[in-house]
Amino acid sequence: MGLDLRKPIGYFFLLLGVILVGQGLLTYSNTAMYVRSLGININLIWGAVLIVFGLAMLVPALLCKGGDDGK
Amino acid sequence: MTSFLTANCALLLANAVNLAPVDYSILLIYVVFVLGIGFALKRYMKTSADFLTSGRSIPAWVTGLAFLSANLGALELVGMTASGAKYGIATCHFYWVGAIPAMIFLAVFMMPFYYGSKARSVPEYLKLRFDERTRCLNSISFAVMTMFASGISMNALAKLLHQLLGWNYDVSLWICSAIVLAYVLKGGLTSAIYTEVLQFFMIVLGFAPIVYLGLQDVGGWEHLKGLLGTVAQNPGALELNTHNFKPDAWTSAWKPLLGGAEGNPMSVDLFAMLFGLGFVLSFGYWCTNFLVVQRAMAAKNMSAARRTPLIAAVPKMIFPILVILPGMIAAGLALTAKDGYRLPPKPLAAAEYAKALPAVKKATGMDAQAAFDSISAATGMKMSSEKVAALVKDAATLDEEAVKAQLQEAVVENDYDGVILSLVKKYCPPGLLGLALTGLLASFMSGMAGNVTAFNTVWTYDLYQAYIAKNKSDEHYAWMGRAITVVGILLSIACAYLVSRWSNAMDIIQLVFGFVNAPLFATFLLGMFWKRTTSHGAFFGLLGGIGTSALFHSLSTSSGNALGIKGGYLWDWTGKTLADVPERLSFGSDMAQNFWLASFAFIACFVITLGVSLATARTKTDEELTGLVYSLTPKIVDHEDSWFLRPSVIGILLLVGCVILNIIFW
Repeated sequence: MGLDLRKPIGYFFLLLGVILVGQGLLTYSNTAMYVRSLGININLIWGAVLIVFGLAMLVPALLCKGGDDGK
Repeated sequence: MTSFLTANCALLLANAVNLAPVDYSILLIYVVFVLGIGFALKRYMKTSADFLTSGRSIPAWVTGLAFLSANLGALELVGMTASGAKYGIATCHFYWVGAIPAMIFLAVFMMPFYYGSKARSVPEYLKLRFDERTRCLNSISFAVMTMFASGISMNALAKLLHQLLGWNYDVSLWICSAIVLAYVLKGGLTSAIYTEVLQFFMIVLGFAPIVYLGLQDVGGWEHLKGLLGTVAQNPGALELNTHNFKPDAWTSAWKPLLGGAEGNPMSVDLFAMLFGLGFVLSFGYWCTNFLVVQRAMAAKNMSAARRTPLIAAVPKMIFPILVILPGMIAAGLALTAKDGYRLPPKPLAAAEYAKALPAVKKATGMDAQAAFDSISAATGMKMSSEKVAALVKDAATLDEEAVKAQLQEAVVENDYDGVILSLVKKYCPPGLLGLALTGLLASFMSGMAGNVTAFNTVWTYDLYQAYIAKNKSDEHYAWMGRAITVVGILLSIACAYLVSRWSNAMDIIQLVFGFVNAPLFATFLLGMFWKRTTSHGAFFGLLGGIGTSALFHSLSTSSGNALGIKGGYLWDWTGKTLADVPERLSFGSDMAQNFWLASFAFIACFVITLGVSLATARTKTDEELTGLVYSLTPKIVDHEDSWFLRPSVIGILLLVGCVILNIIFW
C-alpha cells in the first residue's frame, strides 16, 4: 500500500503529546488535580514521551523519500 | 481461549466519570485520524483483492502488530486484568504457554502453506486440501462467529459509553458502528490493519503510565509480592476465592500448578494446562483462526508473512506487564484499602434496584438480621451486613440516589471486569484520562473492524463466489465485498442488541463455538503434515470432534454452576441431580472444564480422522497437494535473509526467551 503508516502514527502521537504537554503546563500549579497521580504532573511527562515517540515514527518516514512503504 | 474472556463482557460501572474538554479533544482527534486513514487509502482500492486481502502488500512490522492487535481487543484487556486480580500471575500462562509456542509454530511451519498456496482464506485452504464440505462447515461457522464477536464487542462499547459517560446506548452503538463502517468501506482490510496498529500503540501508551503509577502506589514489585502472599492465604477476605492457598499462589506461575487443581486459584491441573490450553486451544486459535491468520496473509511476501507472528510474539511476551500486572496491583491495593480503594462491586441493575428500594423502606423498624436478609434477597447478591445496617439506619434521611449508591457500595461480590476502569479512574487526571479511554474505545472499534473484514472476505470468496455466483467479473466481487461490509456492520448491530437483551444468547453462542473450534487444529495438523489424510477423514473427524465436545459438555460440570447451560444438562434431562455427577466429571472451575473439553475433542477428531483416512481412498494426487502438504512441498530456503532474520532462528530465540520468563516467575 502506498500510504506509509509511520506518518499518520507519527503525526497522531505528536499532536496528542503537544496537547498533553499543554494541559500539563496549564495545570502546572494545580497540585490538587495531580494528587491522584501521586503528585506527579503525569500529563507533562507523558506528553513529552508521546512527542518523542511521535517524532521517532515521523522523522525516519519523512527522511526516506524513495521508500514509500516503510520497510 | 478468548471465549472465556468474552463471556465477561458486561463492563458495568457504579459511578460515572466526567470528561474534561481536553479528554474529548483526544477522542475527537482519534476519530478524525482513523477516518483520515480510511479516506487516504481509498485511492489504492481497485480490485476485490485490494479491498479484501490488501493485495498482499503490507510490510511485516505492520502486519505483525495488527496480528497481535486483532487478538488484543478491549475484552482481552478487560478480561486479562480481571484474571490478574482473580488468579494472579498464573494468568500469564495464556501468554507464555497459550500463545508464544503456537505463534512460532504458525510462523515456521504453517505460514508457508497458507501464504504459499493460492488460498485467500483459511476455509479456502481447507477446500484446496480436502473438499467443499469441510470448507463449507468452517466458513459458515466462522462467518457467524465473527458477527457475534463483533456484536459482543460493540454491545460492551455502547454499555461502557452509557455507564461511564452517560451517553445513550442506541446512539453510541450506531455512531461507533458508522465510524467503523466509514473507514472499512473506504480502505478495506488495509484500513482495519492500519487502525489496529494505531490502536496497539494507543493501548501501550495509554496504559503504561497507569501501571507505573499503580506499582509506585502499592510500594513496588517486592512489596506487592508480600501483599499478594497475604491475599493468597486468605483470599476470602477480598471475596476472591473460598479456599485458602499457599503464599505463592498469586505470585508464582508454576509452583501452585504442580500442587494439583486444589493448589491454585484457577483449579487447573498440569495436564489440562499444558495439553488443553498450551496445545489444543492455543494452536487451534492462533494457527487456524482466520481473523488473526488473515493479517499475516496480507503481508507483502512470504518472508514478511512468516515474520508476522514472530514480530507479534515479542510484545505478546511482555504484555502481561500491561494487562495482568494491573489486576494484581488492584488485589494488593484492595488488601491495604489504601485511600479507600476496593475491588469494584458487582453493579446492581435497574431491576434489582426496583426490588431492593422498597425492601430498604420496609426494613426500618425490622430487626437487623431480618432487614439484612430481606435486602440481600432483593438484590440477589452477597452484601456486607454492617453496610446494610448503616443504610437501614439512615434510610429515612436519604434521597433515592443516595440509597442507591449505598446499596451498591454494600455489595460484596467483585466485578472483576471493572478492575481496569477502577484503576483508570483512580490514577488518571484529565488529559491522561482521555488518552486511556480513547485507547479502550479504539480497541473496541478495531475489534469490530477486524471481525467485519474477516467476515467480508470469507463471505465473498468462500460462500458467495463458491456457491452463489461463480465466474463473475472481479468488479462484481469487489462490489459484493463492499455491500457485504455494510450488511456485516448491520448484522453486528443486530447481534449487539440480541446479547444486550438476552444475556443467555451469549452463553449459548460461546458454547456452540467452543464445540466447533476445539477439534479444528487436529484437522489442520493431520492435513498439513500427513499426505494420506483424506477428505472423508477430515470431514468426519471434524464432525466427530464437535460431537465429542458437545457430549463432554453435556456430561461434565464445574463448581458453582447448576446443571444446565454451563454443562451437565444430560444429567438433568435424565432426572439426575448435581450429586449424581461422578467426581471425575465435576471440575473446580469452568476454565478447567473447558481445557479438558478441548483435549477430548482434539483427541477424538485426531483418532477419527486417522481411522477414516486409512479406511478410505485418497481423492487428491500428490501433484494436487503440492504446496499444501509438508512432505510434498519444496522446503523454503531462506538464503536471501541473513541467518539472524530466518524464521526458525528467530523462533528458537523467542522460545528461549519464553522459557527464561517462565523460570524467572517459576
